Amino acid sequence: MALFRKRSRIHGHQSLAGWLFVLPALAGLGVFLLAPILMAFWVSFREWSALAPLDTSTPIGVKNYHDLLIRSGIVQTDFARSLRNNLYYVLGVVPAQTALAFFLAVVVNSKLLKGKAFFRTAFYFPSVTSSIAVAFIFVFLFSPSGVVNVLLSALLPGVVETVWLNEADGLIHLALGWVGVDSAPGWMGGKVMGLSLWDWLSGPSVAMSTVMILAIWTTTGTFMLMFLAGLQNIPEELDEAALIDGATGRQRFFKVTLPLMRPTLFLVLTLGIIGTWQVFDQIYAMTAGGPQKTTLTPSYLIYREGFENSAMGRAAAIAFILFVVILLFTGLQRLALRRNG
Amino acid sequence: MTAARKATGYLVLTAFALMFLYPFVLSLASTFKSRAEVVAHPVLPWPLDPSSRAWENILVHSDFPLWTINSILVTVAATLLRLFLDSLAGYSLARLRWRGRGLVFTFVLGVLAVPPIVLTIPRFLVLKEMGLLNSYAGLVLPLAVDAVGIFIMKQFFESLPPELEEAARIDGANIFQTFWRIVLPLARPGLITLTILSFQGTWNEFLLPLIVVRGDPDLWTLPFGLSTLGRGGAGGQSFDYPVMLAGSMLTIIPLAIVFVVLQRFFVRGIAAGAVKG
Repeated sequence: MALFRKRSRIHGHQSLAGWLFVLPALAGLGVFLLAPILMAFWVSFREWSALAPLDTSTPIGVKNYHDLLIRSGIVQTDFARSLRNNLYYVLGVVPAQTALAFFLAVVVNSKLLKGKAFFRTAFYFPSVTSSIAVAFIFVFLFSPSGVVNVLLSALLPGVVETVWLNEADGLIHLALGWVGVDSAPGWMGGKVMGLSLWDWLSGPSVAMSTVMILAIWTTTGTFMLMFLAGLQNIPEELDEAALIDGATGRQRFFKVTLPLMRPTLFLVLTLGIIGTWQVFDQIYAMTAGGPQKTTLTPSYLIYREGFENSAMGRAAAIAFILFVVILLFTGLQRLALRRNG
Repeated sequence: MTAARKATGYLVLTAFALMFLYPFVLSLASTFKSRAEVVAHPVLPWPLDPSSRAWENILVHSDFPLWTINSILVTVAATLLRLFLDSLAGYSLARLRWRGRGLVFTFVLGVLAVPPIVLTIPRFLVLKEMGLLNSYAGLVLPLAVDAVGIFIMKQFFESLPPELEEAARIDGANIFQTFWRIVLPLARPGLITLTILSFQGTWNEFLLPLIVVRGDPDLWTLPFGLSTLGRGGAGGQSFDYPVMLAGSMLTIIPLAIVFVVLQRFFVRGIAAGAVKG
């Protein structure tokens, strides 16, 4: 009996202490995460300039969402542009950073090579640096008389020097131009969300491609470390068993290593998709959405509408649509990986 | 055969190491070049005619020293708070038995799924309503707790053997004393991982200062102050590159030192992230 009472007292203490221990953290998350999200959801149905007090805002129903998605006008076209630009950014950066990170992880993990620690550190270093500082370094590298143009013109004499960050032509448009297609064929005049099909199919602009190169350069190291952790978790016996069974190096890679790396691959793709749909700092520092709005992204639009155009309600609505887009893409990726497995 | 493969391997590794490190070396060298030399010799990784103009500009004739102090204050404050609050919460979720624990943990996991950019407007709203815009508190408090940190500490505490805590409890220590004197010292590797993640995240944080202290240059941090040097300038013909790059280097170097000294813990932090997924 006494024992029982004592136990329940300790249990009671734990209950109180348990709550007291999580309370500060919970309050922090509640005040700076949960409450803000609920509040922003409410604001996304209102018109508010951020200059006047919040209670002077007016309810406007779904107008913010309607303006962005359905009603023709500059708001819709800009949002469509931002989705297009970011879509190309995701489709370019995610496969490239994943493939390169995996490749580097396999090479670094190779048993034959020494100096692993040095190379691992070198590859990872760009990932820990400030996004703004690295953006400026890239503005410098890709400036008209910068190192990239100098090296390119040394390798390919006669190629016209590009002002990378000021070049609005899309890569697909440029490629079509080389084979003689310079403007939209008639059937591509149809519009989706205020943008013609021809504009949707522009590809990333040269300026956006520069930002994409930067993104691949800064994120590859982190993902390489994740792949490396995954590779080192593969029990050596498995590889040896396959070797004894007479599997070639290629067979071992595709039949043993690759299937075992699926969880890491899944993680890297998910983090990649989530990260690339949020590109902001680099756009802010390098192009501010230009040239000709070809580096506008939903994240940058949130900032522009909310803080430069004082349309907080619209900015909040963009944030929620972006959230849905990210959920959709990670869901699609999950489905695709499952089907292949 | 193997010799050829080895050589190819080293060639690949060296080429990529060059690609990842050369931009930093070149940028550092360019801070000691004149504006004319940067244009005339853009590839050379050392200055032909060294000049300290850019660094004098940054360190003497600008607010960079002030922004550096702000960055240090904000990073240290947010990191200390995060270490304390995340480990308290992580310990409670890992070890203490209380009603509602499962629910709270689900909430923490849910928070992990919210992309930070979605929080731009919401955070601004709440900080404005609380009167925290243009204040140190506004820069620190939103970064003082994070779901990832709670998760990492919970995982770490679960990996510790419970016997020591039980012994301490039997000796009459209360729960907080046990946590503070017995558990936290054992959790050093976890705490170091969290310190690094938090230090890196807070030091480089750009979005929060942008929305919270934009209007008050006295409160700017390094990344935000740096961003005002040259922004979206039409291909960048007219920038003062030595100065821009000196500012960038000043922002990068403190973290680079931390990185080189503690790099094995950096690697562990990423591995923890990988295992989490």
